[in-house]
Amino acid sequence: MNDDDSKQATLAYALRLGDDSLVLGQRISEWVSNAPFLEEDIACGNVALDYIGRARLYYGYAAELAADGRDEDDFAYLRSAREFRNYLIYELPRGDFAFTQVRQLLVDLFNTGYLAALAGSRDATLAAIAAKAIKETRYHLRRSREWVLRLGDGTGESHRRTQKALDDLWGYTHELFEPDALELRLAAAGTGVDTAALKPEWKRALAAVLNEATLSLPADDWAVRGGRTGYHTENLGHLLTQLQSIHRAYPGCRW
Amino acid sequence: MNRAYIDRCRRREQSALPALWDLLDRVRDPEIPVLSIWDLGVLHDVAEEQGRVVVTITPTYSGCPAMETIRSDIEQVLGEAGVGPLEIRTRLAPAWSSAWISPEGCARLREYGIAPPEQCAADADGLTPDAGVLCPRCGSADSRRVSEFGSTACKALFRCNACGEPFDYFKTI
Repeated sequence: MNDDDSKQATLAYALRLGDDSLVLGQRISEWVSNAPFLEEDIACGNVALDYIGRARLYYGYAAELAADGRDEDDFAYLRSAREFRNYLIYELPRGDFAFTQVRQLLVDLFNTGYLAALAGSRDATLAAIAAKAIKETRYHLRRSREWVLRLGDGTGESHRRTQKALDDLWGYTHELFEPDALELRLAAAGTGVDTAALKPEWKRALAAVLNEATLSLPADDWAVRGGRTGYHTENLGHLLTQLQSIHRAYPGCRW
Repeated sequence: MNRAYIDRCRRREQSALPALWDLLDRVRDPEIPVLSIWDLGVLHDVAEEQGRVVVTITPTYSGCPAMETIRSDIEQVLGEAGVGPLEIRTRLAPAWSSAWISPEGCARLREYGIAPPEQCAADADGLTPDAGVLCPRCGSADSRRVSEFGSTACKALFRCNACGEPFDYFKTI
């Protein structure tokens, strides 16, 4: 890889991570003023903010690498759904509270391994963002874990809904551990993360929580893929329509 | 006393621009106005580079909205004092830690009604404990965590079982 190739690859990689963070942050933020009770409402707002903050850091770095006048807002507000490269699991509608917390547990466990690996990246900026983000993710994980335990091992109704959320989400977890050529290239260069290597520990940690929560690990009998190639569910377009509406209506607007 | 704080004190003591550090003591956390950015550990360095004054800050949480206000307050305070040209640099690594808050800052937090992070042992995993944080109102250690996340990204919510009052705890991170 020559320097320019390497820069373009890192730019694409930073954008993917920014997209993951922005899309999930937006989804979680939908709970603000709708959460089951006040403390949870505030917690959702805080977690969403951590993700939006991450998106800004990744997009800011992407802008620096692009060096073509685009800034973080261009990446967030002026790209279409096909240009987003987030994993599909992040764009799924928030569902009920069980769905939101099960998704959060799945991705918090994933991010715990991912960010720890990225913190050792040879790219100093990615490493710094990861080292910062993982501290926040530890708090997210503790909360999502506690909620899944409480809901899974709760009433018949909460157990049923939590297991259903897990079953409905399961097919979207596979692509998290299927790095494409770009990711493998960056992993080989010591810049990116080979997510396939994270799967055994992810599954072990998840199984431990599910066991305690009296939930069952679903069978691997279906999978949906496409986030990293820009093939999304119909949900992303709706999410972006809302997220980008002000910027599209008032180009260049600032707070 | 922690290493990062000692290093920061040394940078300030040995700085060629002591007056600017003093001026920047006027810049406060907009959410917790008893803390200056020095107390909070956000102010990393003030130096001169090729005729420019470079202020380096470390953000607390990735998405903390206070950082925008802090940047513009730095510009305003130094601008009014005729300092310039100015560059504000954001430094991510090493990541900000609640251990960087100055001892004076911790004392001020407590007076303000927020339990500082230094006052109790965090959980073995380094996160907020479930209980046992000293109540900033009555001093009792008989408290319980109500919520992992409080009114801002940096705080958790507790309730004191002795005096019955809720209070914020500045999270260990």
